[in-house]
Amino acid sequence: MVAPTAVPRGAATTMSEPLIEGIAGRNRRTMQQFLNVALNGLSQGAIYAAFALALVLIWRSTRIINFAQGSMGMFTTYIALALIESGRSYWVGFAVALLAGLLLGALVERLVIRRVEGGPELNAVIVTLGLFVALQALAAILFGATYRSFPAPFGLHGFDVGGVNIALTPFNLFAIGAVVVVMLALVALFRFTDVGLRMRASAFNQEVSRLLGVPVGRMLTLGWALAAMVGSLSGLLIAGGSLVFPAYMDAVIVYGFVAAVLGGLDSPVGAVVGGLVMGMTLSVVSGYLGSELVALAALAILVTVLLVRPRGLFSRTAVRQV
Amino acid sequence: MNKHIGRRDLLRAGGWGLAAATAGSLFGACGAGGRPGGSSEVGITGNTVKIGAHFPLTGVAAPGYSDIPTGTKAYFDYVNAHGGVNGRKIEYIFRDDAYNPSNTSQVVNELVLQDQVFAIVGGLGTAPHSAVLDFLNSEGVPDLFVSSGSLLWDQPKKNPYTFGWQPDYEVEGKIIGRYVHRNMPNARVGLFLQDDDFGDDGEKGARAYLGDQVVAAQRYVSGNTDVAPQIAALQAAGADLVLGFNVPSYTALSQLASLKLNYRPQWFYSNVGSDPALVGSLLSRFSKGEVSGASMLDGVITTEYLAGVEEADDPWVELWQQVWDAHGGEGELTNFRLYGMAEAYTFVQTLQAAGPDPTRDGLVAALEKVGAELQGPGLAPFRYSGDSHAGMAGVKVSRLAGNSTEKLSPVFVTDNGKAEITEYTGRNPGPPPNGIPSVEPVG
Amino acid sequence: MVSLVAGVRRRLPASTLGRNLLLVLAALVVVVLLLELTDPFRNSQLATMSYYAIAAAGLTVLTGLNGQISLGHGALMAVGAYAMGLLLNTGVVPFPLAMLAAAAVTAVVGVVVGAAAARLHGPYLAGATLALAIGVPGLAIHFDGVFGGEQGLQISSPRPPDWFADVIYFLFANEAGSAKYFAYIGWLTLLAVLLLLSNLVASRYGRVWRAIRDDEVAAELAGVPLGRLRVLAFVVSAACAGLAGAVLGIVVRLAAPSGFTIVLSLSLLTAVVVGGLGSLGGALLGSALLVFLPPAVTGLGMQAGLTGVQAAQLAPLAYGVVLVTVMLLAPGGAMGIARALWHARPRRRFAQQPANTHRMDEEPSTTDATEPGGRT
Repeated sequence: MVAPTAVPRGAATTMSEPLIEGIAGRNRRTMQQFLNVALNGLSQGAIYAAFALALVLIWRSTRIINFAQGSMGMFTTYIALALIESGRSYWVGFAVALLAGLLLGALVERLVIRRVEGGPELNAVIVTLGLFVALQALAAILFGATYRSFPAPFGLHGFDVGGVNIALTPFNLFAIGAVVVVMLALVALFRFTDVGLRMRASAFNQEVSRLLGVPVGRMLTLGWALAAMVGSLSGLLIAGGSLVFPAYMDAVIVYGFVAAVLGGLDSPVGAVVGGLVMGMTLSVVSGYLGSELVALAALAILVTVLLVRPRGLFSRTAVRQV
Repeated sequence: MNKHIGRRDLLRAGGWGLAAATAGSLFGACGAGGRPGGSSEVGITGNTVKIGAHFPLTGVAAPGYSDIPTGTKAYFDYVNAHGGVNGRKIEYIFRDDAYNPSNTSQVVNELVLQDQVFAIVGGLGTAPHSAVLDFLNSEGVPDLFVSSGSLLWDQPKKNPYTFGWQPDYEVEGKIIGRYVHRNMPNARVGLFLQDDDFGDDGEKGARAYLGDQVVAAQRYVSGNTDVAPQIAALQAAGADLVLGFNVPSYTALSQLASLKLNYRPQWFYSNVGSDPALVGSLLSRFSKGEVSGASMLDGVITTEYLAGVEEADDPWVELWQQVWDAHGGEGELTNFRLYGMAEAYTFVQTLQAAGPDPTRDGLVAALEKVGAELQGPGLAPFRYSGDSHAGMAGVKVSRLAGNSTEKLSPVFVTDNGKAEITEYTGRNPGPPPNGIPSVEPVG
Repeated sequence: MVSLVAGVRRRLPASTLGRNLLLVLAALVVVVLLLELTDPFRNSQLATMSYYAIAAAGLTVLTGLNGQISLGHGALMAVGAYAMGLLLNTGVVPFPLAMLAAAAVTAVVGVVVGAAAARLHGPYLAGATLALAIGVPGLAIHFDGVFGGEQGLQISSPRPPDWFADVIYFLFANEAGSAKYFAYIGWLTLLAVLLLLSNLVASRYGRVWRAIRDDEVAAELAGVPLGRLRVLAFVVSAACAGLAGAVLGIVVRLAAPSGFTIVLSLSLLTAVVVGGLGSLGGALLGSALLVFLPPAVTGLGMQAGLTGVQAAQLAPLAYGVVLVTVMLLAPGGAMGIARALWHARPRRRFAQQPANTHRMDEEPSTTDATEPGGRT
């Protein structure tokens, strides 16, 4: 139980062999801590990145920030959990949650967002905030407000490489891989497909797009549906191997938003890089300064970015009003 | 208020008397009406006693804590089904404060002024409950068994109506600290603390005995579920025994983080965080076969002051199970619900002690008088007296093994500050056959 | 009471200051009657309503008139409440002075936040202020030596002085408990805030704020210093939030991080949206909703057979649904509907009608629907 190399406390007088070993051990442990904290940040960052990707997708298709994204992802994750707890496999729940996200996104756009699109931008913000609050309360009524554990399809042990711990679990690797795949798919969608071009056109200028024969309404719905699916994915990735409760996405909304702004709000690559930077920074802040300062650090990053480089790190848009 | 009457009578006799009289007759009838005087006490009728509580039923603190009042209610329903206390049924109203002190202040106002409850029983949370401490004491409302181990509830001079219930965190920290110091003198201790009075008081108690054994202290803020950075820091400090003053969900999270970090210290969770049934069920669902539920907690050391649901053949747990099966709502019996039932049991005892015509002041006086002798589900006695409103005096140390616990120490009792730790020799006689206490009224 | 005030207002002549003063005096009488005719529990609910209303009044000026959204007003209230607590706990600062100081401290914070906010638009501003709302409570935990950490800072609220009890007893033959005293403090502060804001709104500043909201470019072309005026709107709003926090501190007798979560900020937003963005009367109405709706819907839920735990979720559910519904169906909120009914006359109004532009909750746009957001 007690490590044999433990430094003898009290009046250790001479630089005995174990003490030197102790110092070396301490240095090794300090390095290991930094590695752990950074890698933990990487896996957290992947989650923020997934969420930021969903925000970017909606921003690119409708110029709206969807503050209800977190609640929507939470809701579909609970659907997956219900299926898994009823005995279906993880992957059935996973697939159903993504489809439910797709459907929920389309529904929300057609029934609610459509009516505030193109109106004062404040109205859209307030509507998404209303959805955020309502969905969270609804989930608490339907699924209960207790902590539930959400299974992970892969292991939750970190790797050990030659005595050095790699603080990434197989599930973390899956999450990072999933985020990279989604990012590449989005880049491809926007850059190489007609649908992507039409979506960008609809967001850029609805009237001109309509004149050119782009079915603007359908493009906006598609944008929301896809975004909500990515949002559901982020919900599933955060939940995997951790606890879910109706408010579990709250902090992610803010961190994901900051990540998206950091990356420029309309760049998928920027969202992922922004997410990873956020994850690492917040993990370091939490590990070395204190976990109560994490939210404040996110605020500091956001303010710095908005004041110093409002276009974000990766935005291509020449001029952006923030 | 009485001291003003004389001056007011003078005022009324003065030139404005007419106006005052008119205004008085206009508004007096519709006003507050003041407190009911005479023999009938607020919240008590011939066949009911109305009591209230505040709990987080919504928001981030709701998971877990929202179970407690359902347990309390189940036990009161059980008592009511057996005829109540002195022929009075207990009406129990619990309201949501979302763990927000501003809301607590509102709902407790509602309970006291609108619902006219006789007493507040089991209100939860240090910050939320501190917001109503002054109000309850200035209104003279008994404020019994606050669901929190803070030291704030034991101030009989300042807050004569407020009583704690569970062992406070400092007492528990002291007993844990001395146990570790005596039995694991070479352990390098890391502290994993919730960043509030729970962690602070626990740390203070533990450090009183562990001073130079503590190599690191890490705090987490409720709501931030990523504790890997904190666990990594404990690992880096070379802690080989981690002492956690944290809530159950954070026990699960700290275990998951240590899997990720390949960190295998001896874990020692204080009572609040150990809840093996809950943590085990949380952990077992994470990963098929990878984490095997309660077995992951095998060997974890903890403290106890109530038998938990994992000890299914403990006579008290058998009683709680029977109560929950008969009067519970949805869901299973959990340690949170069991906690709520145990508080309810102590309240029934107190109400019996207050006699057939209980008054608010009588209730408090009765508890001060017989509180220390009450035999209930608690393993250690209460410290109640005229000078102390502190809850249970101690805990025992035990080790989790499979689905039960293994006793490591007798029940130790102590008090705050420099008070010595001694062994408690009393025995818990188990519940009465019908599950309802029978305490003699205080003469 | 609100409809009464509104009804009276419409029959009054032009001079803004005089009319508003008269209104406030009338409102004062109504408030006193209200507090003396209701029981201590209603008094305490009204005390709670007063601090929501003070903050909402400030927020509606910012969001409704100047088009800047803030999800961070909960954090600003926290600044006010903590400042109040620290000052009162010294034991030497009288509470009215402490309230002013709390408002001033929060206004200073408002300058900093406002300077950053002035450069941001709709969703960006929403996100940034959201981050503010969740970030600031962490400070109280980090500096727990000063602010009391998670378990909060106990505040020694003023006790009702003897003269107060005497006056209440003399006039109304009512006992004066602390609930009543706090309610008076809250409502007197609220009336003062409403008086100041309504004059400000009707002044040159109010007109310029609306101009910025409706067309930023045109306003800038007309020589309006956009940035400075935006910051000013934020500072005014922050001072109100600080004052609201100070009243909260007195009423709740505790300032703790868990009292200033994002839920508080969203509740304030709900209040101003439901009441009608930009309308002080609407802010009052919305605050009443925040206090009286939760017990009502929870009670309904229990009657409908929900468990206590489920019924408690109905209040947030109602907030969310109401926010969405109002924005979709009646973006002008309750006051917008009331105005639409009032003006449901054949002739269409013109924006430059002087009597209308002086009305404190009037919209300068040609439709009755509020259009708060500045278009880009």
